Amino acid sequence: MSFSQKLSKWDIKFSPYLYISPFFLMFAVVGLFPIGYTAVISFMDWDLVRNSGEFVGFDQYVWILSQPHFWTALRNTFSIFLLSSVPQLILAIFIAAVLDRHIRAKTFWRMSVLVPYVVAPIAVGLIFNAMFADQSGFINGILQAIGLSAVPWHVEPLWSHVAIATMVNYRWTGYNTLILLAAMQAVNRDYYEAATVDGAGPVRQFFAITMPSLKPTLIFVIITSTIGGLQIFDEPRVFDQFGRGGAAQQWLTITLYLYDIGWGQWNFGRAAAMAWILFIIILLIGLVNLVVTRSLVRDEGLHRELTRRQERKLAKTAKQSVKEDQR
Amino acid sequence: MSVGTSASLATVEEGIPTARERRKAGRTTRIRGSRPGFWAYAILGTVFLSAVFPLYWSFIIGSGDSTTLRKPFPWVPGGNFIDNALSVITNPAVNFWPALWNSIYSSFLIAAAVVITSTLAGWAFAKLRFHGGPALLVFVVATMAVPQQLGVVPLYILFSELGWTGQIGAIIIPALTSAFGVFWMTQYLRQAVPDELIEAARVDGASMIRTFWTVGVTAARPAAAMLFLFTFVGAWNNFFWPFIVLDRQNPTLPVALSLLQSNYFVDYSIVLAGVILATIPLLLLFIFAGKQLVSGIMAGAVKG
Repeated sequence: MSFSQKLSKWDIKFSPYLYISPFFLMFAVVGLFPIGYTAVISFMDWDLVRNSGEFVGFDQYVWILSQPHFWTALRNTFSIFLLSSVPQLILAIFIAAVLDRHIRAKTFWRMSVLVPYVVAPIAVGLIFNAMFADQSGFINGILQAIGLSAVPWHVEPLWSHVAIATMVNYRWTGYNTLILLAAMQAVNRDYYEAATVDGAGPVRQFFAITMPSLKPTLIFVIITSTIGGLQIFDEPRVFDQFGRGGAAQQWLTITLYLYDIGWGQWNFGRAAAMAWILFIIILLIGLVNLVVTRSLVRDEGLHRELTRRQERKLAKTAKQSVKEDQR
Repeated sequence: MSVGTSASLATVEEGIPTARERRKAGRTTRIRGSRPGFWAYAILGTVFLSAVFPLYWSFIIGSGDSTTLRKPFPWVPGGNFIDNALSVITNPAVNFWPALWNSIYSSFLIAAAVVITSTLAGWAFAKLRFHGGPALLVFVVATMAVPQQLGVVPLYILFSELGWTGQIGAIIIPALTSAFGVFWMTQYLRQAVPDELIEAARVDGASMIRTFWTVGVTAARPAAAMLFLFTFVGAWNNFFWPFIVLDRQNPTLPVALSLLQSNYFVDYSIVLAGVILATIPLLLLFIFAGKQLVSGIMAGAVKG
């Protein structure tokens, strides 16, 4: 074998590893190592001065699970997560269905729903915090102008969750709308024609054709918004000027609590344990989501076994044979 | 969209001899195809207003004085925006110019590095056959579910050992690669480049790196541009980790913004002038590249 042949063989064999190595080397240092090390630290009583720890087993986990603040934070996180993801997804599907029609200036409308996505969560938090101000806020001003009473947005836990969920919905509804719109546009239009011929109205078509076709995308959107929602930090952090989740922990979230343990109380062992608890919660909820979404949205008869072109061709020949039968 | 719809409309028109069927077809086009009426635009108009109104509202407050919030809402901007913006810029606690510069160059470096590392890895996963490739790709995708919080404690310890806390490098280094980016480029390159093209290049005697450069990089350009945009926006808006590791003297814009409100006395006209000031760069980016951002989200969703 000549030298150049040998070189070429080596090239084929090792180039792929060379190309993926920058990602994996970086990931090993700033991704994998920290994840593993967080587990180690979570079993330790970490000493900040010596920067090392003493093994204490599951003590840190036990400590966190015995804190009332943790359970408050867990409740708040779930409450904010549900108040944001559920209305957000319903709205996103609805807006996507409108955008899916033959509207004029569709690029303009698509861009306009995405404007909030480029506004930083901190900026969104500051804007809505001012709008939701208890005394002088715009929202309470409107409520009073139409004869309702002002809402204590920064006092009552549920109302603070509504306000924070509004910020999340503001930033993410348009993004999810576009993802769902993309999935809607991938649905074969022949299904709708067939359904119309069979006498199904638009609402029936939406639930019988559109929704089942959206299933994989819905699962994707629900999982990603779960992962994001359970980590919420930015918006509750700036919901008041102290950033500690309210005087009575009304809007303390798990990540806010983690920050406070780690960089407020400077206890890294407990913060690491908190991080692992958060991760386990995310995994569990992700699995529950997957199962629930799968069983809620049926997909009978909509598995795409043929390509779109084949489907269209089949529909065409079927129509022609019907036409010939009628003659 | 338009291609698929017009094709199916054509098939409908070909196959309708009777008036009854034409009526049915008319219904089809009315439901899916024809121009929707007033309500569709009313809904979209409402969505548009709710997307833009909070920004407009904060500009109104940010251009007023400290009493604007208490007055009946003025609806037209006041004359104080420049003054309020100046008091944000000149406030020594905010460090506005360093924050702006930090945000610009860190987001740029992060986005550029993510594009390079993701294109390289995506090319290997999509188009090169190698031992363990599929399993490694599954591993990359699985890491996308890991929350950021799981790594922050050791990363903080690492960077404080290195003496890098407070340095902008501490937010750049961990963000140089992205599992999402690798996945995105893999998906794109898999369908964008036919295998025959690579084989032809190989038969012509091109080395692996030359094939990557001429075929891969050329084909990857549109996806790379979108990945750059998304990574840039994400890096610009990131708060949790910069807030932990940077100090008050050397912040990024979101960190500087959060400091605006932490004073004892909160003057919303100044806070919101700062918000508008910090949002303008990304709004400008959106005006120039919003179309690409939109089509990027739509493309990613179909393939993902």
